[in-house]
Amino acid sequence: MDWQLVFAILPQVVMDGLVLGFMYALIALGYTMVYGVLELINFAHSEIFMVGAFVGVEILLGLKAHGVLDPLHPFLVLLLIVLAGMLVSGLLAVAIERVAYRPLRGAPRLIPLISAIGVSFFLQDAVRLTESLWRNAFYLTYPSFAVFNRRVEFGEQFDFSIKSLLVVAASLLMLFALQFLVTRTKLGRAIRAVAEDQPTASLMGINVNRIISLTFLIGGAMGGAAGVLFGVQYNTINPFTGFIPGIKAFTAAVLGGIGNIPGAMVGGLVLGLLEAFAASYLSLFTGGAFGAEYKDIFAFSILILILIFRPRGLLGEVVRERA
Amino acid sequence: MRWTLTPVLAVLAALVLVVPLTAEAQGKGTIKVATQSPLSGELAALGEGIKLGTQLAVEKFKGPVEKAGFKVELVPFDDQAKPDVGVANAKNIIADKDILVVIGHLNSGVAIPSSEVYKEVSLVMISPANTNPLITDRGLPNVNRVCGRDDVQGAVAAQFAKDNLKAKSVYIVHNKNQYGQGIAEFFQDTAKKQGMQVLGFEGTEERANFDPILTPVKAKNPDVIFFGGEYPQAAPMFRQAREKGVKSKFLGPDGLDSTELLKLGGDAVVGMHFTTVAGGVREYPKAKEFADDYKKKFGKDPEPFAAQAYDATAIGLKGLEAAIKEAGGKAPTREAVAKAVRKVKHSGITGSVDFDDKGDPKKATYLIYEVAKEWKDNKLVKRLEIAAPAAKKQ
Repeated sequence: MDWQLVFAILPQVVMDGLVLGFMYALIALGYTMVYGVLELINFAHSEIFMVGAFVGVEILLGLKAHGVLDPLHPFLVLLLIVLAGMLVSGLLAVAIERVAYRPLRGAPRLIPLISAIGVSFFLQDAVRLTESLWRNAFYLTYPSFAVFNRRVEFGEQFDFSIKSLLVVAASLLMLFALQFLVTRTKLGRAIRAVAEDQPTASLMGINVNRIISLTFLIGGAMGGAAGVLFGVQYNTINPFTGFIPGIKAFTAAVLGGIGNIPGAMVGGLVLGLLEAFAASYLSLFTGGAFGAEYKDIFAFSILILILIFRPRGLLGEVVRERA
Repeated sequence: MRWTLTPVLAVLAALVLVVPLTAEAQGKGTIKVATQSPLSGELAALGEGIKLGTQLAVEKFKGPVEKAGFKVELVPFDDQAKPDVGVANAKNIIADKDILVVIGHLNSGVAIPSSEVYKEVSLVMISPANTNPLITDRGLPNVNRVCGRDDVQGAVAAQFAKDNLKAKSVYIVHNKNQYGQGIAEFFQDTAKKQGMQVLGFEGTEERANFDPILTPVKAKNPDVIFFGGEYPQAAPMFRQAREKGVKSKFLGPDGLDSTELLKLGGDAVVGMHFTTVAGGVREYPKAKEFADDYKKKFGKDPEPFAAQAYDATAIGLKGLEAAIKEAGGKAPTREAVAKAVRKVKHSGITGSVDFDDKGDPKKATYLIYEVAKEWKDNKLVKRLEIAAPAAKKQ
């Protein structure tokens, strides 16, 4: 085996894995927070993520069509599209909760799950239809910014682009802000109270419905931000883009301990790194017998192993409170 | 009670017998030509082209069959580029006794299982676009194609990498489907035979994040990266490769032949090459009239494979004509039509087609293009006429 090559690309692989992992972590937050308060797996979350990515690309293409994209400062544009993506996705999540989950709150656990899957299909095809009518294409590409594509080089094999750095920085910032909100503020205490025990929280004067809406707003906003960052990082999106990252992020949430915010982050990073390692190294280590196409099988086998030994997830037992 | 039913049954039986007889009396009935291609979904533009090319050909060449007393009708089916939908349509098609010719499909992965259904009733299928060797290598008497094959196309691409791109090393990525992986393997075979170093052979269904695949590619720095698959994956991969600072030249098969490649890939794909079995209509001097008619009638330029569908249909109608003659002017059996089609020699707008004993054209055209800043300016770099290889024993 070519050890020299293995070590030469190691930093790059770690970097790729971290970028992917933070993206998963951001999406996983949406799953984890909703699960924390409602014990519902919001399968429409992958589409909330996808809608965020489309909001970003539509704004960029709109600005470009009017010729105002280039004069604007790229960081300003990025901030604008991330905020817009967060806003739209957050509101969408609230609307979904209002329409598809709240009327079913008393129903058996599986019923809202099915309506979640329904919403997910609905959103995929709604976006496909509107984009087909509006642009006559539903594979859309983020316009690229020279500044973000610039690469910082460290030696022959290791470099990363400014935009990967931005993804990592933005994710870290949001994760810490969220952790602060949930553990250190009054609002966060209300969220935790609702998660712990809804009737009691309600007796303590907490407006449970408002808190649940708020949870969806925050989770959706994180998903929207992840969507925009995903588009900026990987360029091409389509209405079905959300499905795979959504499933992976859900896995990350379970791996970290569902309902647990730092857990989502750890789970996302572990999964992202595993995937990057598998995709880059499998064929090197097996002499080409197994290639990158087995990355998911490899990553998920390890996940199953971890869950056998830690069924509540990596951080599931350490932190008692649920978000 | 029992005896009262008998007259009712008799009347019913009489009706059943009389209805076809009356239809027969007004001419000899209808012969339908079916198309199967994706009319919805991401490949709809290409599938629509196949349908419209067929429509144009039916209008142009139905004369002799109509003169023999049959009405000719076109029935388009949407296979959605999905094998299960193609097979379900195929079952409906074989149930309609008037359908004697099928023009289709776009995707080899759909054509192969669907043609197994046509085979049950010996219904002839003429493919304008399927390049997988298995289409004809199964030796079905009812399956033909007018285009080239992936084993040749892959070899042409590898030869091109060596001779024109001066490649000493290649890295191969494919999309894991029958078409993409197939052509990637053929590319690899020839590359190895030609003494090029194959630095990697990877499959992926990824559509967005190619980072982990590209990291080893960059480290190994191949002269050429070959992508076996279609443009929705190829474009973002090539784009991300350039962004990552990969300097290799890019190469791909006919699955990349779409303006979308340029839209999604941007500057990264300008200057890359792709091979194809169906050039733009301007490569075929005889197709000028077809292109003009097409534009006049449908208001747009023909997509790749529309001209091939036109030729395939012309061949189908010629076969029909011969089979009707052989049947003494009566409606021919499906089997007779399939036999007659295999014998047709046709000088069409995309070249002359003369099927060999397994349904491949004896000579097929392979072209190599260089992508320009505007898709319509793509430059034809090489054009080859190559015979189909003989069937391998399976």
